[in-house]
Amino acid sequence: MFLSTIVLGFINSIILALVALGFNLTFGISGVANFAYGGLYVFAGLTAWIFINIVKLPYIVSILLSIAATSLFGALIYRFILQRVRGIELSEVIATFGIGLAVLELFRYLGFYGFEYTLPVMFEGSINLFVVTVSIQRVMIVIIGIALAGGIWFFTHHTKIGLAFRGIAQDEYTALTLGIDSDFIATLSVAFGSTIAAISAVAIFPLGTISIEQGYVVLINALAVSIVGGLGSTGGLIIAAFIIGYLQTFTSAYIDTQWVMFVPPLIILAVLALKPSGLFGKQKELEERV
Amino acid sequence: MAKRKERIDRGIKVRSDDIFALSSWREMLYLSSPRVLPIVIILFLAIFLSPYWQRVLLSVAVFGILSLSWDMLNQTGMISLGQSLFFGIGAYFAGTMNHYFGWHPFLTIPFAMIAGGLFCTVILMPLVRLRGIYFSMTTLILPIFFERLIEAARIFGGTEGLTGLQSLPYSWLELYLPLLFLLIVLFGFRRFMASDYGLVLKGIHDNDQSVKSSGININIYKAFVLFMASAVGCFAGAFITHVYLFVGMPVFALDYSILPIASSVVGGVGTFAGPVLGAFILVPLSEILRQFGGLRIVFYGMFLVIFIVALPDGIFPYIQRKYQQFERWVEVK
Repeated sequence: MFLSTIVLGFINSIILALVALGFNLTFGISGVANFAYGGLYVFAGLTAWIFINIVKLPYIVSILLSIAATSLFGALIYRFILQRVRGIELSEVIATFGIGLAVLELFRYLGFYGFEYTLPVMFEGSINLFVVTVSIQRVMIVIIGIALAGGIWFFTHHTKIGLAFRGIAQDEYTALTLGIDSDFIATLSVAFGSTIAAISAVAIFPLGTISIEQGYVVLINALAVSIVGGLGSTGGLIIAAFIIGYLQTFTSAYIDTQWVMFVPPLIILAVLALKPSGLFGKQKELEERV
Repeated sequence: MAKRKERIDRGIKVRSDDIFALSSWREMLYLSSPRVLPIVIILFLAIFLSPYWQRVLLSVAVFGILSLSWDMLNQTGMISLGQSLFFGIGAYFAGTMNHYFGWHPFLTIPFAMIAGGLFCTVILMPLVRLRGIYFSMTTLILPIFFERLIEAARIFGGTEGLTGLQSLPYSWLELYLPLLFLLIVLFGFRRFMASDYGLVLKGIHDNDQSVKSSGININIYKAFVLFMASAVGCFAGAFITHVYLFVGMPVFALDYSILPIASSVVGGVGTFAGPVLGAFILVPLSEILRQFGGLRIVFYGMFLVIFIVALPDGIFPYIQRKYQQFERWVEVK
């Protein structure tokens, strides 16, 4: 029981980290709020479903198409909406929240929910991990999660565009003087964040059905992980994902499944009361939080 | 020849800004009509509308109150994405007091305002140290948290909710109480923000660090605003509980969070009159769109985006500008 909880908690934590990575890349690292994140996540899942089941494309092609479509959608959101209100916090939050809401509720209105809306797994089968049998899909999620986290760390620390991402968050005007086109970089950052949302969607949705509610849950989980870990810190994000993930798994194993929902808000409140900048937040510690 | 639009205050506006307002009826009418006209229109609507549209007017008032509460928070630099927290907490305070202790609605509504306001303030206090987006993130989560709490802990009726609550003693109160409260809050908030205390709040919105460096403890100010806004929001919830005679998990629904924001954005953020105007536009519109069911929320979302991008000032500041200024094209030299 205990050992299996450890293994499942590990997988759950990686799922949380995976979901939060995209949000953290756009908001934490480049400073562009993207409250449409949940909408993009469900959008990716449902476009993949449409490509597979209605257009009848092969699995790999549909997934790649859906990831591309989601990234493009993210870029379009920035180019046509966010760019006009950039820098006005209120407008950024409300505009992206409105887009996310419209996307999610439009899918709900069109009837895209129910048991038939499932994505196929990447590989069938399951393997034995120490004490529990885990499906290969979950193992794949762990691999993708670790690869993405490492990839993002490398990207934001050792590539020109990645450094520009961090540059525009730290000081947009200084970044401009160094020849960084902040609008272009911000477009890229929203697009990349959407790419990660899409990747996590096609990796995670096969574990259950595609539901509209997942859009809201994902946004909340991503927010919780980012706030607890401290924005802008990929390491903090991973640790926060593990804290929340293990607490959730232990709650569902030893108390009751329905209390899992309470873990993120309670941790957020506790962290905010004790250390408002998050556990590992360094960036903008003074500026963003009073 | 390049031209630009020049805006100049109307003469009557300049005259009526000071003591000369008393010089003629025209100036006094100019000053008083924007204040008196809404009251007259609201009373007129309340009296002459059909019973169905009177119910719509009731929800206009409720959403107007929630929008005012949202705008109050916004003017102090706190963007809330969870107005349904206040609405729900107020509803549950009133509902439980009435259901378990049999309190009269005249007792439960003020109690829900004060106790609910204090409750929300205490919950949100850890968050006032956060700015802008960070505050919004957490307020987005809280209503969902309480909804799940009631579901999981099976308290206060759980998923079933509490039914059979007492209604207001006179049926005419169901319409006039929220309208009266809306007007009181509208004019009260406007006057409040014009006071010195309101000036500090505006300062917090514009630059909290410089307010802090003036030796003002902004947390106390923010806590007070939180209390005021949440008490007003709780009134809306407590009142609706005694109209629907029911309190349950739907009081934390997304509608109560998103519609106040949408009305404020459409009407004009930061004016108080704008959010009320927005509620008067959006709530009847959503009533007309009722046949589309869930598509309503999609429309709200689109409205938010379109107004934020294309008309960020909102409708009210536009009307205000036309009322106070005239425009003309001048040549750029």
